[in-house]
Amino acid sequence: MTDDILVKTRDLCFKRGERVIFDGVDIDIRRGSVTGIMGPSGTGKTTLLRLIGGQLFPDQGTVHVDGENVHELNHGQLYQLRQRMGMLFQNGALLTDLNVYDNVAFPLREHTNLSESLIHKLVLMKLEAVGLRGARDLMPTELSGGMARRVALARAIALDPMMIMYDEPFTGQDPISMGVLVRLIRLLNDALGLTSIIVSHDIQETLSIADEIYLLSGGKVVARGSTDELNASKSEWAQQFLKGQPDGPVPFHYSAVDYADDLLNGHPGRAQSRV
Amino acid sequence: MLNLLQEMGKRGLGVFERLGRGCILFYNIIMGLHTLIPRFGLVVYQVYSVGVLSLIIIVVSGLFVGMVLGLQGYNTLVDFGAEESLGIVVALALVRELGPVVTALLFAGRAGSALTAEIGLMKATEQLSAMEMMAIDPIRRVMAPRFLAGFIAMPLLAAIFSAVGVIGGYFVAVGLVGVDEGAFWSQMQDAVDLYDDIYNGVIKSVVFGVVVTWIAIFEGSDAIPTSEGVSRATTRTVVHSALAVLGLDFVLTALMFGEI
Ligand SMILES: Nc1ncnc2c1ncn2[C@@H]1O[C@H](COP(=O)(O)OP(=O)(O)OP(=O)(O)O)[C@@H](O)[C@H]1O
Ligand SMILES: [Mg+2]
Repeated sequence: MTDDILVKTRDLCFKRGERVIFDGVDIDIRRGSVTGIMGPSGTGKTTLLRLIGGQLFPDQGTVHVDGENVHELNHGQLYQLRQRMGMLFQNGALLTDLNVYDNVAFPLREHTNLSESLIHKLVLMKLEAVGLRGARDLMPTELSGGMARRVALARAIALDPMMIMYDEPFTGQDPISMGVLVRLIRLLNDALGLTSIIVSHDIQETLSIADEIYLLSGGKVVARGSTDELNASKSEWAQQFLKGQPDGPVPFHYSAVDYADDLLNGHPGRAQSRV
Repeated sequence: MLNLLQEMGKRGLGVFERLGRGCILFYNIIMGLHTLIPRFGLVVYQVYSVGVLSLIIIVVSGLFVGMVLGLQGYNTLVDFGAEESLGIVVALALVRELGPVVTALLFAGRAGSALTAEIGLMKATEQLSAMEMMAIDPIRRVMAPRFLAGFIAMPLLAAIFSAVGVIGGYFVAVGLVGVDEGAFWSQMQDAVDLYDDIYNGVIKSVVFGVVVTWIAIFEGSDAIPTSEGVSRATTRTVVHSALAVLGLDFVLTALMFGEI
């Protein structure tokens, strides 16, 4: 099945305990496109990526990647599929016992039989792309948050996957590396024919490279479309989110009881912190 | 009252649920062992870190336990004029019981807790998750080599413990209290049976090694991914391993030496 859609979710429902995170989400991600997933903090963007990667199981609905139902694959097939997916974790998730070089080399050594000299060249190329070739001997604890995320990016593209999921690639980057990263993501996507999913709060950067954008809120897709479509959209959700206004349909607060009520009648916290 | 029953029921179910998860993990680790054949280097490195790095504590403890056995045994035997049999007492106590048991307890404290903390932290910092997404199964890449290393290292450590203990006993017996050297060794050689004593001791230490390493790996992978969660898991590893070792020791001893 080689249709145009690489990732397809249908009627996706997911709960964390009693809390509904997704309530019927349909998403189509076209092959070769850059798709932005945006939404308020805590709506479940990271959760969505984990559902696509098969690390979490939906309560209802399906996720298809490259024509295969992710949650019906057996262990071997799922790992086969994951070899073709790269994922950049929100916090980098580097292996703390390996230095930068070995972190990037790790998936290559695990999945290929390439000679060390070839791996050396590949690793340096990936590190050069993210501007950290000089940092190859540092340990992850010696990196700043933004650097760690760039190393993680180099690691995610090490195996040249067919799709990459970026969880907040731009947070903690200065304007220069941000610009480089934005161009790099677009370049990788077009030059290697990848499919990219970007989860981000950086509206301008995401709008500037995404072919299509999904706005998630309250467990549903509240708006979708290209940058122009969203800008022109009359949807209150889209307008509020793109302009960053505090008031509107998108809630800024995690669901809670009424504020005044909480102040007057709520339970005080424990007197002693346990730490 | 109902609440109490409910709470007890919940706890009970929780215990069985964890046991079930532990068994599934055990099964998955065993099924993943074959992937280590072409990559034995991973296991060798882990044998170094759980085994070789535990050597000092094992050797020192073995020496002292052997010396204490020598002194205590002498004090009792000398009343019966049987101090020549001191070699038997020291060797049998070490090979049958103290070697495997004390080594397992030390192993749980030295290597088991380290395994739990390492795996728990890898979980808390999403390293295990990241490996999964890189299509690298953490059970095969991280847990299976550590499990196999524990399986290999424990009997070796127990053997070293017993051997050093015997030497410690020899120092005390021959050097300190003046037991005849020839009698010490020859009585020991006569009385210690290869099958009854040595094999059974080795079986014990293998069982303890498997159980302690399994508990340590399971607690790590099942830890709540917070600093408190990992610290609790580490404590649980040491406590549960100790209980399991002592309980199993009774069962195994009853099976092996019950009819002798
Ligand atoms: N392990 C967990 N157990 C219970 N609830 C969780 C867990 N992880 C996340 N959640 C909840 O799921 C919801 C979605 O979390 P998620 O991390 O997907 O948000 P997000 O959209 O990625 O937010 P952000 O933009 O801040 O990264 C949150 O409300 C969070 O409280
Ligand atoms: Mg997130």
